[in-house]
Amino acid sequence: MDGKLLEAKNVSVDFRIDGQYQTAIHKLNISIKHGEVVALVGESGSGKSTFAMSVMGLHNSDQTRVTGSIKLNDNELIGLSERQFDAYRGVSVGMIFQDPLSSLNPLMKIGDQIAEAITVHDKQSKKVKQRVQKLISDVGIVDVQRVSQQYPHELSGGMRQRVMIAIALANEPDLIIADEPTTALDATIQAQILDLIKEIQQKKNAGILLITHDLGVVAEMADTVTVMYAGQIVEQARVSDLFNHPKHPYTRSLLRADPSEVNSGDELYAIPGTVPALKDMDHSKDLFLKRVPWLDKAEVEATVDEKLQKVSDGHYVRGNAWQNFEFLEDL
Amino acid sequence: MSELVRIENLKVYYPIRTGFFNRVTDNIKAVDNISFTIESGQTYGLVGESGSGKTTIGKSLVGLEDPTSGKILFEGHEVTTNKQKKAINYNKDVQMVFQDSQSSLNPRKTIGEIIAEPLKNFGVPNVIGAGYDGERSFDQTKINERVLALLKIVGLPAQTVAQYPFQFSGGQRQRIGVARALATNPRLIVADEPVSALDLSVQAQVLNFMKKIQREYGISFLFISHDLGVVKYMTDNIAIMHNGRFVEMGTTNDIFNDAQHIYTKRLLSAIPSLDVSKRDEKRAYRKRIESEFTQNKDAYYQQDGLRDRAYDLEPITKTHYVALKKEGA
Ligand SMILES: Nc1ncnc2c1ncn2[C@@H]1O[C@H](COP(=O)(O)OP(=O)(O)OP(=O)(O)O)[C@@H](O)[C@H]1O
Ligand SMILES: Nc1ncnc2c1ncn2[C@@H]1O[C@H](COP(=O)(O)OP(=O)(O)OP(=O)(O)O)[C@@H](O)[C@H]1O
Ligand SMILES: [Mg+2]
Ligand SMILES: [Mg+2]
Repeated sequence: MDGKLLEAKNVSVDFRIDGQYQTAIHKLNISIKHGEVVALVGESGSGKSTFAMSVMGLHNSDQTRVTGSIKLNDNELIGLSERQFDAYRGVSVGMIFQDPLSSLNPLMKIGDQIAEAITVHDKQSKKVKQRVQKLISDVGIVDVQRVSQQYPHELSGGMRQRVMIAIALANEPDLIIADEPTTALDATIQAQILDLIKEIQQKKNAGILLITHDLGVVAEMADTVTVMYAGQIVEQARVSDLFNHPKHPYTRSLLRADPSEVNSGDELYAIPGTVPALKDMDHSKDLFLKRVPWLDKAEVEATVDEKLQKVSDGHYVRGNAWQNFEFLEDL
Repeated sequence: MSELVRIENLKVYYPIRTGFFNRVTDNIKAVDNISFTIESGQTYGLVGESGSGKTTIGKSLVGLEDPTSGKILFEGHEVTTNKQKKAINYNKDVQMVFQDSQSSLNPRKTIGEIIAEPLKNFGVPNVIGAGYDGERSFDQTKINERVLALLKIVGLPAQTVAQYPFQFSGGQRQRIGVARALATNPRLIVADEPVSALDLSVQAQVLNFMKKIQREYGISFLFISHDLGVVKYMTDNIAIMHNGRFVEMGTTNDIFNDAQHIYTKRLLSAIPSLDVSKRDEKRAYRKRIESEFTQNKDAYYQQDGLRDRAYDLEPITKTHYVALKKEGA
């Protein structure tokens, strides 16, 4: 094993909208080593969940086209049948979904759902009940008995999220895909859950794809960070480089919008304009530059090299605009 | 400043049924004797442990949950029951952004139809402003215009108006829920985790807009969030919840600069920092406060079955209340 757990190359996903295929992600390259935490951050709607769902083989194949290559432990995933996917979903790959409610069965008690996740791949499994109870209590739920008898709609948003985390971690997978795993959790329980994920990671030398908007979580958890905008990667770096020396104009703009040090009377920095609709995205350009109205038109319209530019060891960025980008206020 | 909403001794209990006959054997005290006031034109923050009762309070306010006991008053009118709410046409003044955006959007309707729904029910106000009681238009062109304006505010391309909820990302769906709540310019919006699925820049766009309509039209917010940075920026007053009870209540400044209750301190210590180089330091600090919490818990809580039940709030200044054991108790 060369250490590569997941290797995604040139992954593109097109959705059929109004009868036409429109590109949601364009030629992504992401790899995750055993024991590594890769954070995926970026604009809402930039394609993070779309990428995660293609690793899990969960796109509707009639309405979606997935191309490129995704290898897990050297086995190609793109093109596998439902049944072939089933063999590793929930076993070697566990996914924490962004939307807990729609990934839980509304008609099944919580305890039974977790038990099913354990037994579905391990029929011989003993002591299922004890394992279910331990999982519920590991995710910080005190009333274990009560909650295992309840249905999803009878739990709070954060409790549902934790139940789903328990299910994703039940079989201690090699790859954990966590799509906004802690959005519904308070800071103390979030810390507890992140500790739990790390513990399993260390025990199994698992890799983690961590999708989140919470940059504090990124700073605490990640080894490397990949930043997306409009279906493409705009920057990849080790976590400390990304926070200390962000390069791409999108990354820098994103960090500037952090509200935590802003006085409540002041406006927050927000990137001007909005992302284009999918059908208006021309991925040969650096699409973010359209959001920088003070740039020169020629620069905005320039075709950008598909390959990311190397800035320093392990640090890559899209296009050249970062070299002389400045915020309007600083010009 | 004038009072918009007053909540008095609110309790919401859910029955626990067990055994063959499905008898009620106990109650989940989701909200356990809570009182607070939301001033008009202000933002009240509700923060606390996951499962502590925040959404339940929000739902009681908009009439989706029946209080077990207690009172809700809107400008002095009692609106505890749905009948009382109807009597003063309360629903046109109060909207909610739901924590689970996905399940709050009808999967068979386009997002244009979803955002237009409250406009069809209550009309497009001729003057956009909270508490506007004058004429409202039900004209389809007016409604369409308003829908497109709202999409722009939450940063969604106009072309997406005819798409269905499943064709959107998590954060985009959340923004559809925000647009729907803002549509009729209500006087109170219960915003339950309205920006938890948004990147910092889109979040800034939405928060700036919420502040703007508050400044211009005096809208009030009950703002429920786990993101303490956002809460600090958005709110005037805050209550901290734990197990169905308020453990501390005060101005935003009281809470962030002078926290007294051990749960509040623990919560604040767990906010992750953006400084990668302080990872280990931060973690050690959090662990230390956690163990202080475990050691000193008994001084701050009574035992109630498995749960810790906070004491009643006592004032320590004019604005700042803390759930402390009474002297001699
Ligand atoms: N099933 C679908 N059909 C059509 N378009 C879709 C579908 N799913 C997602 N999209 C579109 O693809 C783009 C990427 O969506 P995705 O869910 O991957 O974003 P995301 O980065 O996860 O955003 P968020 O941070 O808001 O969750 C969005 O523009 C979205 O509207
Ligand atoms: N319909 C219901 N039936 C039974 N119990 C319920 C129901 N709805 C909520 N509860 C319980 O009430 C408590 C409070 O839930 P609530 O959703 O108000 O919490 P919350 O503070 O919003 O939490 P979160 O931050 O996780 O969203 C939880 O213990 C939950 O299990
Ligand atoms: Mg997503
Ligand atoms: Mg909630």
